[in-house]
Amino acid sequence: MSAANWRLAILVGLAISALAAAALPASASFWIVGAMVALVAAAFVVNAYRRRYYGGLLVAPAIAVLFVMNIFPLLWSLGLSFFAYQSNQQSIRFVGLNNYVKVLTNEIAAPDNWHALTNTAMFVVLTVSAQMIVGFLLAMLFAKQFPLRKYLLILVLTPMMLSVVASGVFFTYYYDPTFGILSYVINSITGGQFILMDSKAGAVAGIVFADAWMWSPFVMLLALAGLVSVPKYLYEAAAIDRVSAWRRFWSITFPYIRGLLMLALLFRTIEAFKLADLVILLTKGGNDTMTISYHLIRIANEQNKTSEGAAISYIMLFMVIVLTNLYLYLANRRNREA
Amino acid sequence: MPDSISFWERIGWRRSGGVTEAGWDRTLVVAVVSLVYFLPVLFIIFTAITPQELALSVPPTISPTSLFGLIPDQFVFTPTLENFGSVFSRVLTPGGQPEPTGFDLYFFNSIVIASVSVLLALVIGTLAAYGFSRYPLKGNDTYLFIILTTRMLPAIVVIIPVILMFRAMGLSGSYTGIILLYTAFNLAFTIWMMKSFFDELSPDVEDAARIDGSSEAKVFFKICLPQVIAGLAATFVFGLILTWNEFLFALLLTGPDTRTVPVAMNQAVSSGGRGTDWTLLAAIETLFLIPVFLVTFFLQNHLLRGVTFGTVKREPCRPSRSAGSPRSSAHSLPSGMSTLPWPRAKSSACSALRAAARRRRCA
Repeated sequence: MSAANWRLAILVGLAISALAAAALPASASFWIVGAMVALVAAAFVVNAYRRRYYGGLLVAPAIAVLFVMNIFPLLWSLGLSFFAYQSNQQSIRFVGLNNYVKVLTNEIAAPDNWHALTNTAMFVVLTVSAQMIVGFLLAMLFAKQFPLRKYLLILVLTPMMLSVVASGVFFTYYYDPTFGILSYVINSITGGQFILMDSKAGAVAGIVFADAWMWSPFVMLLALAGLVSVPKYLYEAAAIDRVSAWRRFWSITFPYIRGLLMLALLFRTIEAFKLADLVILLTKGGNDTMTISYHLIRIANEQNKTSEGAAISYIMLFMVIVLTNLYLYLANRRNREA
Repeated sequence: MPDSISFWERIGWRRSGGVTEAGWDRTLVVAVVSLVYFLPVLFIIFTAITPQELALSVPPTISPTSLFGLIPDQFVFTPTLENFGSVFSRVLTPGGQPEPTGFDLYFFNSIVIASVSVLLALVIGTLAAYGFSRYPLKGNDTYLFIILTTRMLPAIVVIIPVILMFRAMGLSGSYTGIILLYTAFNLAFTIWMMKSFFDELSPDVEDAARIDGSSEAKVFFKICLPQVIAGLAATFVFGLILTWNEFLFALLLTGPDTRTVPVAMNQAVSSGGRGTDWTLLAAIETLFLIPVFLVTFFLQNHLLRGVTFGTVKREPCRPSRSAGSPRSSAHSLPSGMSTLPWPRAKSSACSALRAAARRRRCA
């Protein structure tokens, strides 16, 4: 039964599952079907091991967990985006691409939501570039080995470890016009009343500052990893040859950290597209700081328009995939050139 | 920096074996920058030890000490540890007795859920990454990209199917459900990180072991795994930080017995109708920060070394099989360096250069 045991297992599994589904109540048959799936899986594993198909064997558990917990819900919500479905109602009706048409014509074309989209683009550009610049500068500071480096580094890494809820709420405290430290300092200098969140520029600056503060350490850590990996003899050789600092950076340092910066850029851009929590905590979308992700939460959670929310998120996913592929393509092309 | 060993170095204020390249002047500059960067966290910690009635005072009381008269008295408060006690037990109804708030349970939940799910993701993800790296499947890159895609969609979209699924399976409000979900949540990052670590290793050693009769399992456990311990540490820390603070899934999928601290923190702070209780929030956050801070601190050396080792060269790099083959290193050096008069005869410098050139090609 060595090669055909998985066929036997599938047959037995199907038969017992069908019997259980027909004869037993739903709760019991659910577990029996589960056990049969496990049996078939075990047969596959034994078969793959005997045939030395290690690749599939090693990847299988991860794919299984990802499938059950991520990909299956993803496909489910993709399916939902073709139906008219509200999570607080029972009725469900197939509408084809109507949700996408509705979202693209009514939702996105409506000035508010168009603003949410442009705001998201603005936040992506501002927060990611701020994080990249600050993170990179911090990494440059920490690149050399100096006394107490370990203890100072952990101070800079701490913002990343804070809960977004706590740090977001505390930033409202810092920005608060009456109690806040920022307003207190500026008021005592100018004498007037300073309210940061009063204008769009101020609100955006507040959100970008908080986000950049929290996540620059992530970029710093990756950039620092690149910086400390540059072999020192390259710098020594450059010093012998009196290469200018500018040239030294672009010819020696930058090639070593490019890959890591790309990785940081990739992960931070993906996260920046999903920016909602800080906006909710700091402005609640006021002062024209609505982002598409917050809009999505409102639609899907507060208005219960589940399927429209799914449609919006797949449009978002499409944009992120295009951007990501662009990154990966550029990164790989640069790799091949080098 | 003079060569003599200073007092501070004597008492161990430096990384063991580390070579100090920059002196105390650099430390001073970085200390100023780090402290400024750390200020918002410092305010949270100070708020945690502020007496509750001073939390919203104008002018803001910002410091527990006057720093020998540097800070005017109006900004100084007397520190108290009361807030930490009220995290675990405080008066919940007006005029009542202090009651336990259940935060000991929430801290326990956070620790169990985060550590188990990150470790599980590490085990499953490392196996998968090894598979992706050493036994590429058909369409390997497509699988990897799909795995990355699972991190791209906003959580709010996936959450409704997940809630329905958990209800059907009886998993909502249980440890199993949230741990499995977080495991999947961490897998994408774990696989991408660990794959790049395995790509770094030279397969020559493994081939040698195979020729000597090692089984595949032995190659993995005895040869590959010990070389990526740093990577495991780095991935563990990143995963822990992300899972530790996760809010949305925890809010919707944990029950009263499995609630994690971020959710409980949100409820404790906003309940009562008096607006935000700043000192309480700060106290919870300070306590909540300690475990992940300690883990990061103790794994810090691994973190730096690990990330370096792992992600600099992301393409699989196979060094040439014939050792010492006369591959020209000049044309693949950084463009600015190709005209330097290399001491080609000096073998040590030359081999080091060749190694650098090999790294450059793969970076």
